[in-house]
Amino acid sequence: MSETRAAPAHQFDDFEQQYEAASLGMWAFLATEILFFGGLFLGYTVYRTLYPAAFTEGSHHLDIVLGSINTAVLIGSSLTMALAVHSAQVGRRQAIVGFLALTMLLGLVFLSIKTVEYGHKFDEALVPGAHFVYDGPFAPQVQLFFSFYFIMTGLHALHMVVGIGIMAVLAWLAWRGKFSPTYHTPVEISGLYWHFVDVVWIFLFPLLYLLGRH
Amino acid sequence: MNATATTPRVHYLNANYGIASWLLTTDHKRIALLYLATITLLFFIGGAAAVLIRLELITPAGDLVHSETYNRLFTLHGIIMIFFFLIPSIPTVLGNFLVPMMIGARDLAFPRLNLASWYLFTAGSVFALVVMVAGGVDTGWTFYTPYSTHYSNSHVVLTIVGIFINGFSSILTGINFIVTIHTMRAPGMTWFRLPLFIWAHYATSVIFILGTPVVAIALSLVAIERVFRVGIFDPALGGDPVLFQHLFWFYSHPAVYIMILPAMGVISEVITCFSRKRIFGYTAIALASISIAVIGFFVWGHHMVVSSQSVYASMVFSFMSMLVAIPSAVKVFNWTATLYKGSVAYQAPMLYAFGFIGLFTIGGLTGLFLASLAVDVHVHHTYFVIAHFHYIMVGGAVMAYLGGIHFWFPKITGRLYPEGWAKFAALVIFVGFNLTFFPQFLLGYLGMPRRYHFYPEEWQVLNVMSSAGASILGVGYVLPLIYLVWAMRYGAAAGPNPWRAAGLEWQTSSPPPTDNFERTPVVPEEAYAYGPKEEAEVV
Repeated sequence: MSETRAAPAHQFDDFEQQYEAASLGMWAFLATEILFFGGLFLGYTVYRTLYPAAFTEGSHHLDIVLGSINTAVLIGSSLTMALAVHSAQVGRRQAIVGFLALTMLLGLVFLSIKTVEYGHKFDEALVPGAHFVYDGPFAPQVQLFFSFYFIMTGLHALHMVVGIGIMAVLAWLAWRGKFSPTYHTPVEISGLYWHFVDVVWIFLFPLLYLLGRH
Repeated sequence: MNATATTPRVHYLNANYGIASWLLTTDHKRIALLYLATITLLFFIGGAAAVLIRLELITPAGDLVHSETYNRLFTLHGIIMIFFFLIPSIPTVLGNFLVPMMIGARDLAFPRLNLASWYLFTAGSVFALVVMVAGGVDTGWTFYTPYSTHYSNSHVVLTIVGIFINGFSSILTGINFIVTIHTMRAPGMTWFRLPLFIWAHYATSVIFILGTPVVAIALSLVAIERVFRVGIFDPALGGDPVLFQHLFWFYSHPAVYIMILPAMGVISEVITCFSRKRIFGYTAIALASISIAVIGFFVWGHHMVVSSQSVYASMVFSFMSMLVAIPSAVKVFNWTATLYKGSVAYQAPMLYAFGFIGLFTIGGLTGLFLASLAVDVHVHHTYFVIAHFHYIMVGGAVMAYLGGIHFWFPKITGRLYPEGWAKFAALVIFVGFNLTFFPQFLLGYLGMPRRYHFYPEEWQVLNVMSSAGASILGVGYVLPLIYLVWAMRYGAAAGPNPWRAAGLEWQTSSPPPTDNFERTPVVPEEAYAYGPKEEAEVV
């Protein structure tokens, strides 16, 4: 039993019930998230099918090196997150904080690289809207590709910002010794969330960067 | 069993006082009342728009309001009533209050999340109301592109923000219900002992969490396109407006089941109680709720038969729409069979339940007309459609909502409502409703299109009938507001179980204590333990 949390929340009978509820709640939320991104994936798929040439052309303007580095960074952050969860399960307080900090750091690296990529697109006038400049027969459809690129990666990045914020809170709580082998539900379900955000990227990367490149 | 007949001194309403004790409460029962106050206000605002619409339509000429004002009125009516009243109504008020009580839990699984969802809902409604005051929005509640993205000179983005925030509230409620029903059932409360109200809310919650995010992303894309001019749905840039319709209806058709499934849950509780019988075909009704939720996700294309959608797609959607009628009919037949040889009592909630069954049946059958492709092409975008969905949403969902409010009023407030007035109001609503909407079936079949504020003179008689009915309906809705508020203070004390109803929520005192039960109940048998066995127990 942990000293800081001797009893489960009042509506629950025991910690086990509380843990089950929290983790089911997170899974249900992730189902929501899948459908949320799903609308974008559907739109992307429809237009990719309608305009394969334009979308291939668009993906050639993406930076595959930076994209690949980012993929590796994000997978690395999932590893550190999993290690943070493991540390919570075995009750190693400093390790939780350390691995969470590392996960946040990798998340920030990802976002920084993403910002550099966005900057390049801005310089090349590939940001959709009034300032979009593109020469070629498929210009409108290439803009459509970039609309989806920015909305999908932007929404993904937003989820990462939220995730990093959550981890900052978790790290602080862990530092103050709020978690124990009996109670570490927040770390565990935040891990689920982080892995989900990672998996979204695992789909985004090939769809946007790789398809039709060769 | 009824050892708790004396009202305990402390219950959820008098446990503590003051504004903060309400605005910061995590008690599901108090949050239900917060929702009740909010959505009642929104209901009457949406109703006021309907009043102006019906006033305008008394005469064939567009003489009361300008056509642009009229567009804003029906849009306001649609958005408020669908997103801010019908979708939250039964789940957030009755569901919030009853889901934990019916399964024998102390609260929902995530009480703070529950409060957060009320705040999100309120924030969303504030956006909707700001839009209303700032000049309105004129796209219709459907936000069809390219009108919403390019041409409308109204507050489209602000409205979308409001609906988006409100969507979060729905999702959080859905997650809360699903988790609560899975993990917090009292000992002995197996899945097939759950009241059908719970099954209905489970099915509804599945739609909440799987449907809402899709409309959220669809409307976000409309807002992005409108602000940044990027052309996701703009044909000039290769976009496809029909894609928006697909995304929109993928949620917005299942949203109809969000409105009707909880209503069906209410009806199952009321019918059994006032016919003193076990429900006929428990399993069939429970699974019908689930199958309506599932099949409901595959019928959205029936809104798009004339949208250039492939005719083969239309055929599949038509077939699926017919299919969803089967579980709906199963429920209607089972409720009717429950009445057979029951000791039927005609209390006000039962009158609403009867109203529901009849009107829902008419609404459902006319839905089949609309699911038939050739007929749909004829009556698409006419008042036939308006009449059809008002039979489902007002004749069905609102009837059940009011029936449920009456049925559980003694539990919620600890007091009885005035039965005579309640029966009278139920009757007024039934008459007013039919007079309002039945003529619209005829108008639609004759070809009167929806969303116009003028029409040829030969349709005036039917329109006047409809407007007359609407005034009766309006009176019918104001009556319960008056006598229920009166009864909250002056009603006779109800006791724990004035209806002698089965169900865990009736085994505790009224109003219930903050933790719902003195001690966690144990459930020894199936739901709806009415009938001969019950009489034996009373002796």
